[in-house]
Amino acid sequence: MTAREIYEVLREKFGEEVVTEFQEENVDPPAVVVATEKVAEVLTFLRDDPRTLFDSLMCLSGVDYEDRMEVVYHLHSMTHLHKVTVKVRTDRENPKVPTVEKVYPVASFHEREAYDLLGIVFEGHSDLRRILLPEDWPGHPLRKDYVYPDSYHGIKV
Amino acid sequence: MKKNLLQAPEGTVMLSTVDKFINWSRRSSLWYLLFATACCGIELMQTGASRYDLDRFGAVFRATPRQSDLMIVAGTITHKMAERVKRLYDQMPEPKYVIAMGSCANTGGPFYKDSYCVVKGVDLIIPVDVYVPGCPPRPEALIDGIIQLQKIIDSKKNFGEKA
Repeated sequence: MTAREIYEVLREKFGEEVVTEFQEENVDPPAVVVATEKVAEVLTFLRDDPRTLFDSLMCLSGVDYEDRMEVVYHLHSMTHLHKVTVKVRTDRENPKVPTVEKVYPVASFHEREAYDLLGIVFEGHSDLRRILLPEDWPGHPLRKDYVYPDSYHGIKV
Repeated sequence: MKKNLLQAPEGTVMLSTVDKFINWSRRSSLWYLLFATACCGIELMQTGASRYDLDRFGAVFRATPRQSDLMIVAGTITHKMAERVKRLYDQMPEPKYVIAMGSCANTGGPFYKDSYCVVKGVDLIIPVDVYVPGCPPRPEALIDGIIQLQKIIDSKKNFGEKA
């Protein structure tokens, strides 16, 4: 299936309120933007429906667009060998996205990384702590407005 | 047997200073800590392996800081790693030496500008004796660094007034 066909399937299943946008330019594979609170349901459907069967979450990333935060899910199907991108948007000051840990267990570490570097809180996550940086690190360094600390434990940064 | 000894070209007695003897023994058994944090570690392994054979200089790796004389800091040191590096250095017995291998350990290298997580030179944490430049340095460069360190050890005075 092409990404547009997958978008049509999702649109038919979840309706306009949940599946809001289809992006083809500057994104590969093309992206489907879905409502933030429904992301786990949409991904469960994409994983289990025989037409899509996206059994692999290749990557989960967080993006800071200065006016909003986005979480991007890259999906791949080992059966049909097709790909699609799913995006959700969230508020920048108080970024909250439901976890998809139950749908794809691999998302657990990826979500911890997005929390560590961007401060996106994944609601319902079983173990949301920092994964790369030291636990007492100040702030989330990949946010666009991050101010570098002068020193960390007495060593100049 | 007795006759043979007398015929040895320099006789049977060697004269030297204690300093020289101590320095000779120290520089000839530079056991280095098996410790690498990034791609420089690959060159370090290469240097220790058969083609470049670091054993020729009496340098063999030890898997514990308690038995090491030399720490070769091979790779990028992050702020998270910095504490561990300091602790490993503290666990080594005196006399101990440090070689900073590669750009990252020297100055932070490619991460010098705009990195929040990389320590800009391992000399901010522990004292360094020899800096080996390169990204990563070839085994010849690292061997040269070890020879330079041996020269430094040779010039040390262990007794009397210290410089």
